[in-house]
This record gives sequence, structure tokens and C-alpha cells, in this order.
Amino acid sequence: MAEEAAGCARPIGGPVGEETGSSVDSKLKKPPEVHAMIKVGRKAPDFAAPGYHKGEFINVKLSDYLGKWIVLCFYPGDFTFV
Amino acid sequence: MGVEVLSISIDSMFTHKMWNDHELAKMVKGGVPFPMLSDAGGKIGTIYGVYDEEAGVEARGRFLIDPDGIVQGYEVLTPPIGRNVNETIRQIQALQLIREKEGTEATPSGWKPGKATLKPGIDLVGNVWKEWKTDQAFDEK
Repeated sequence: MAEEAAGCARPIGGPVGEETGSSVDSKLKKPPEVHAMIKVGRKAPDFAAPGYHKGEFINVKLSDYLGKWIVLCFYPGDFTFV
Repeated sequence: MGVEVLSISIDSMFTHKMWNDHELAKMVKGGVPFPMLSDAGGKIGTIYGVYDEEAGVEARGRFLIDPDGIVQGYEVLTPPIGRNVNETIRQIQALQLIREKEGTEATPSGWKPGKATLKPGIDLVGNVWKEWKTDQAFDEK
């Protein structure tokens, strides 16, 4: 993962591995409103998010992981109990 | 198994660092081995259907995504319920086998590595009862 300034967590606005238009366009346009995008057998919605990994702050894009199996785990919050 | 784990919550990456360094590193030697992502505002959680706007946090959602970027399965739990990691591993083992066999084999209820698979095809229609018994749905006692 290249060293970049920390970005904001954001949906890319499309499924992983598909063109979502030029970067100029995607900056001008908001990602389309999406509801219930998750369906088994369909592509996962792509996103970019800042994070922490082994002593460094990083930026991760889901589509960077194409070609690998991924377990994506959401959870309520750091320092909670379960 | 060749699986990459990504965790994500509404906490900032700074909070992730503190949680990792001051608590999780005491549970796991060397700290958390996977990226801990920050979804401040819950935008990503919203498109994955796990962000609770009222509570301002994300439910315990777990998504299995294959090398083509396809969602192969998910589970979403309310906050007080912990996950069953063994079941996640079993599902990945099943998915990897199915992918390797290019759909010529399927894993019936209760399957885990070592148990019989089914080979879907015209000969199996109406004959699953010969190949698969209901006690196979459960772990051996």
C-alpha cells in the first residue's frame, strides 16, 4: 500500500473492479444513492478507508485486494467488550 | 488458507492505534496482524447495510468476498453477540473447495473438511437421500 495522506472513509460508488468514470468525474459527482447493495453472488461495493496496521497509518481500497479471499469484519467499536 | 482480514468500525485510526497498542497487543503477541480501518460517519457501513444511524455504530457484520470481488456470504449480529470464528473458517474452506472444483461439487448441510460432498447432476435428482443422511447435518458426537 503506497504511503499517502490519510483520506476519508468513502464508498467508491460502484462494485470492486469496475470503472466508475474518470477521477475528475468522481470528484465532482457524489456516489449514487445506494440501498441494499449487498447480495450474495454479486460484486462487493468498493470503498477506500484510512486505517492502522502494524505501527503505520495506511489507506486501503477494497479493490486492491482483488485476487484474494477477504473477510471484512464490521464491529461496534474499539474498547467494547465482546 | 490465503485469506486477508480487514476490520472496520467508526473509530478513528488513532483510536485503533491506541486500542491495538494498549489492549489488543496484550491478547495477541505483536498486535493485530490485519489492517484496522476507520469508517468515521458510517458511509461504508451504510452501503453494507450494517450502520445503525440512531446508535451511530456498526453492527457485527462479516462479509466473505472471493478473489473476483463477489460477496459469497455474510452474517450480521447485534453488538452483544460474539462471532464464531470456526464457522467462518468452515465457510471459507467450503467456498474454496467449490471454487477449486469449479462448481462440480457442492457442500451439503453440516459439511466440513473430510466429510462427503455432493456432485450435482441429473443422476442426483431425487437421489440425495441415498447420498446424504440427516445425521450428517450435525457434528459427530
